Amino acid sequence: MQMRYDVLIVGAGHGGAQAALALRQLKFAGSVALLGDEPDPPYERPPLSKEYFSGEKSFERILIRPPTFWPERNIELLLGRRVAAVHPAEHRIALSDGAHLGYGKLIWATGGAPRRLSCSGSNLRGVHSVRTRADADRMLAETIRARNIVVIGGGYIGLEAAAVLAKIGKHVTVLEAMDRVLARVAGEPLSRFYEAEHQAHGVDIRLNAQMDCLIGKDGWVSGVRMADGSILSADMVVVGIGIVPAVEPLATAGAAGVNGVEVDQFCRTSLPDIYAIGDCAIHANPFASTQKIRLESVQNANDQAIIAVKHIMGEPTPYHSVPWFWSNQYDLKLQTIGLNLGYDDIVMRGDPANRSFTLVYLNQGRVIALDCVNSVKDYVQGKALVLVHATPDKSRLSNCEIPLKTLAT
Amino acid sequence: MEIIVTTRTGERVTIAPNGATTFLEVIREAGIDELLALCGGCCSCATSHVHVEEAFLDRLPPIGSDEDDLLDSSEQRCAGSRLSCQVPISDTLDGVSVTIAPED
Ligand SMILES: Cc1cc2nc3c(=O)[nH]c(=O)nc-3n(C[C@H](O)[C@H](O)[C@H](O)COP(=O)(O)OP(=O)(O)OC[C@H]3O[C@@H](n4cnc5c(N)ncnc54)[C@H](O)[C@@H]3O)c2cc1C
Ligand code: FES
Repeated sequence: MQMRYDVLIVGAGHGGAQAALALRQLKFAGSVALLGDEPDPPYERPPLSKEYFSGEKSFERILIRPPTFWPERNIELLLGRRVAAVHPAEHRIALSDGAHLGYGKLIWATGGAPRRLSCSGSNLRGVHSVRTRADADRMLAETIRARNIVVIGGGYIGLEAAAVLAKIGKHVTVLEAMDRVLARVAGEPLSRFYEAEHQAHGVDIRLNAQMDCLIGKDGWVSGVRMADGSILSADMVVVGIGIVPAVEPLATAGAAGVNGVEVDQFCRTSLPDIYAIGDCAIHANPFASTQKIRLESVQNANDQAIIAVKHIMGEPTPYHSVPWFWSNQYDLKLQTIGLNLGYDDIVMRGDPANRSFTLVYLNQGRVIALDCVNSVKDYVQGKALVLVHATPDKSRLSNCEIPLKTLAT
Repeated sequence: MEIIVTTRTGERVTIAPNGATTFLEVIREAGIDELLALCGGCCSCATSHVHVEEAFLDRLPPIGSDEDDLLDSSEQRCAGSRLSCQVPISDTLDGVSVTIAPED
């Protein structure tokens, strides 16, 4: 007989776990299953490039809930199982192991798979990405014998991994194709600051780096060939060049969206009774002016989970959360509030030389986002400025003697 | 060693911290799911806010400046406010009572 769940959640990561939790917190009485292709119960992904990777935290300590929690809440965990197809008209999914499951409502929370290099050599052993515990464990096991490590991609995950590796004495090179690290997510002063920090820790940062392919020996990676023919030797390569949303089964079933699944303000897809949340959901974010975006953050995965659940529970609430994000590298705590998409001006508060400062992003004089480095006060107080679209005087904004909360008008 | 946790719904739960290292972990391991703790305890989010019984406050390690600033984001801040992820468990805390702060 085919099993059927009133709510079936696909993807047991941050968004999926929160959806299951929220259903029970809001006293949903029906049956709930949380299905995912990884073997482990839901765990936090951010530590994979931070405290878990550095060995500061064990796996047990990054579990979102203790394993016994899920059955106690009557949430059925279906782990190590992968959805191959969705049949919206029949309210049914097909798994890669041949099983079929029925659903009343489906919440699609599958995140994404790491984008792979398209050049030759990308299948060599010793080439890693960091998305899952299995990825991190494989990488950790090989790190011990690796001496020269090349990180491809100067985004947050690549830089965090580089920081951990540099701290344990590895020789790390970061290859960034653009003219600065963090180019897609942050303003130039932040990029320059992080480049200098990594250099001070011995990391070789190569900007405008054009690589040709990976080369190997006996099946293992041995180096990176650059476009100019030079070779960087490497016994391990970490690829951090973004993700491809894991939406194929939904897209095949007819869900609207390119490079993700489109959802409305209640996280509904174009298919009946199917919601999508988290990294894979393309949505109109109230803090991103008019653009439709995907947001890859714990905040977004959690808050969208709650929005989808509220809609299922008959309490529709439009998505309207201020985006926030963090990244830890060395002793630097970066906290971001708002979205800087479309900024036309940046105001610096404080001095990067003191390793505590804030970048305020403006669009037509309105505050749209802040990047706060070792500057928690600005992060906390800056939220109000983003919420009310404050238009503070720039000379006051740049004066760190003036608390941000006094400028939130 | 026991810790008494009061949930948002007023339920009182007595917990023996089994190897947990922080208040946050104790609370979660007891199956209380009211704390979102979104940043996983790295002192970046303030979603692990609790009120600690005042008599025990001076037995806790002093509040850090990041923790202090994050707590300022809460309307529910009071004298006993701490981020549960930042408070380590120690034997001197036997019998302490902790209340999950109301939602902001
Ligand atoms: C190394 C790393 C560091 C990060 N650091 C930060 C940070 O500091 N701060 C921050 O805010 N965010 C950070 N992020 C981003 C954050 O982890 C993601 O935004 C968040 O996990 C998204 O949640 P999700 O539920 O959309 O997807 P995920 O958490 O990725 O969960 C999706 C799950 O679905 C599974 N799945 C996919 N397809 C299928 C299928 N067909 N069938 C069954 N299961 C499937 C996946 O394997 C996965 O287990 C980081 C991410 C990584 C990888
Ligand atoms: S869990 Fe984020 S500050 Fe405690």
